[in-house]
Amino acid sequence: MNDFRNQDPAFLRGMTQRRLGRRDAFRLAGLSAAGLALAACGVQGKRVAQPTSSAEAQSAVQQYWSGKVKNGHVDFANWPLYMDPKQPELKQFTDQTGISVTYSEVIQENASWFAKIQPLLAAGQSINYDLMVVTNGIQFSQLVELGYLVSLDHSKLPNFAANAGPRYKSEAFDPGNVYSIPWTSGMTGIAYNPKYIDTPPTSYAAMWDPKYKGKVGMMADSQEIGNFGMFLLGIDPEKSTPADWEKAAAKLKEQRDAGIVRKYYDQSYVDPLSKGDIWMCQAWSGDIFQKNVSDGTDLKFVIPDEGATIWTDNMMIPKTAANPVDAIMLMDFFYDPKVAASLAEYINYVTPVPAAQAIIKADADAASGDDKKTLEEVAASPLVFPSEADYAKLRSYRNFKNTDEQKQYENIFQAITTA
Amino acid sequence: MRTLRARLTPYALIFPGGLWLAIFFVVPTLVMLSLSLQSGNVVDGFAFTWNWHSYVDGITTYHDQIIRSLLYGLAATVIQILIGFPVAYWIAFKGGNNKSVYLFLVLLPFLVSFVLRTISWQFLLSDNGILLGPLRDAGLLPQDFRVLATPYAVIGGLSYNFLPFMILPMYVALERIDPRLLEAAQDLYASRMQTFLRVVLPLSLPGVFAGVLMTFVPATSDYVNSSVLGGTNTTMIGNVIQNQFLVNQDYPVASALSFTLMALLLIGIFVYARALGTEDVLEVAAR
Repeated sequence: MNDFRNQDPAFLRGMTQRRLGRRDAFRLAGLSAAGLALAACGVQGKRVAQPTSSAEAQSAVQQYWSGKVKNGHVDFANWPLYMDPKQPELKQFTDQTGISVTYSEVIQENASWFAKIQPLLAAGQSINYDLMVVTNGIQFSQLVELGYLVSLDHSKLPNFAANAGPRYKSEAFDPGNVYSIPWTSGMTGIAYNPKYIDTPPTSYAAMWDPKYKGKVGMMADSQEIGNFGMFLLGIDPEKSTPADWEKAAAKLKEQRDAGIVRKYYDQSYVDPLSKGDIWMCQAWSGDIFQKNVSDGTDLKFVIPDEGATIWTDNMMIPKTAANPVDAIMLMDFFYDPKVAASLAEYINYVTPVPAAQAIIKADADAASGDDKKTLEEVAASPLVFPSEADYAKLRSYRNFKNTDEQKQYENIFQAITTA
Repeated sequence: MRTLRARLTPYALIFPGGLWLAIFFVVPTLVMLSLSLQSGNVVDGFAFTWNWHSYVDGITTYHDQIIRSLLYGLAATVIQILIGFPVAYWIAFKGGNNKSVYLFLVLLPFLVSFVLRTISWQFLLSDNGILLGPLRDAGLLPQDFRVLATPYAVIGGLSYNFLPFMILPMYVALERIDPRLLEAAQDLYASRMQTFLRVVLPLSLPGVFAGVLMTFVPATSDYVNSSVLGGTNTTMIGNVIQNQFLVNQDYPVASALSFTLMALLLIGIFVYARALGTEDVLEVAAR
């Protein structure tokens, strides 16, 4: 019985009290109400003030980075189909710097990724990744507004300063690259399986063609699917109004209710497309190229005549990262033109490093056979090195003024995808 | 000392389970209830405002999905009874010495993860897959025939995934029936049909009730089958709740929908218990 002395007296009292009576039931109810009241405090507003002057921004950088040291490891969260599975670039990085990298393909969709990390970041807890890749758009803005991203120390990004293309140093969603530098850009267009489709689609209207009933895949992402509806109607998504969204949603509803759409996908659209479950779908430019290279499929990707969406996926460091110095070194490493070239050769997305083109051409000259042909195609591909004329046809996602507007947009298009 | 210990024992026994329930059920339920009455968004934060609109908005926007989930859950449950009862009956009465082997076979799929099993259905039933491809090539199926991305695929997946939960309680109830009762029925000139309808079936009802409870509730709130096997217009309320929680982060609407679903399921269960005429059937089922 000596052990009892070490017990919490409240616990002992509880153990020795009489049975629960009616009065206790009331007490319990009161306690529950207290619990409810406690829970009712809600989640406090987390929006943080953004630096208003460059001096303020500079001091935020210094404050964060002073005293941070290299730890010899990085945890990198990225999307599938964004690196050669053999990870040659990361091996090279480890050889050069002694920093080991754990690479995880854990991001499938911006919204669900954000929802996964947001509670952790709000509580100031680690998300177990030091570096992550998020697309410009709703969630990127929220990460910035909530103060979840580290201000980058540009003195640690010499390759970026020297080699990034001018377009990628002045992106509207992060002017001055305060929080992010691009991983790659890409377009959202139409992918199709030529085994089933004889006439290559040239217009968004093909995805509304009843002869492909049940064989069209669309994306569940509300920005991607909304943009397709708007392109079909000739609306520029960047300048669209809520009335335009309603019109686009009506078209998308028509497409769904006619049974043309089989399903709304996340990045899982690639397999059904190659298996023939769907013949045509919304797709991201590099995915199709990689699927063809890795699995020997013969899928095609087109940018429709009406134009297409261009987006930029950005590397950033969450504020709770354990190894920020290692992470920023890795970010800068990808701006070495040789590394950028090697990455672009495999993933076939738009590289933010223009100097990579000459290197890929040189690689093509040195190669032979099929490799040579593939590399020559990559060096000349408008999907990797778009010309100014190509860029002129491309549009960005709509930027939302506030969360209400964004919610209005999401409600309109999710009514299509979650019916 | 002896009396003190005797008085303490029941509390000591209930303590681990009670603590578990308090931490992992009562507290989250209260938090959810509170969340469902808050308003706000992730960026500006949520505040408690007695905002009943989440319920109104949730139900008006998603009543189709709620009704669809109940129908899918019901369809899956009926299919499971039709498939499961003969299986349970056969194992209980004809299983002989190998009963445990058959039961193990029923449980075997559970050794593979739920999601993986569902994805393997996706592989099996793909339009040009090993099942449908040859049938179509042989001209037995129309060109645009498909199973995936239809309500049938979702209901099929639900029925398959929860089937063992239906079979096991029915087996337990059937197995407990004294064979002498069947002999007695025959001695009293009951036909085999009459024996089944008037002896076996009534005695197995508690098992059926438990089976229905253990399959209808999870099947109705499931979201895996619909997202893996479904297509357009097959979204279930579980998918909506998942989407509201984990994609939109609209916690109030998600919580309100969860409570609505919980209320509907509870009402359904009590109506069902009443209809079956055994108010204490829960107790019987748990025996």
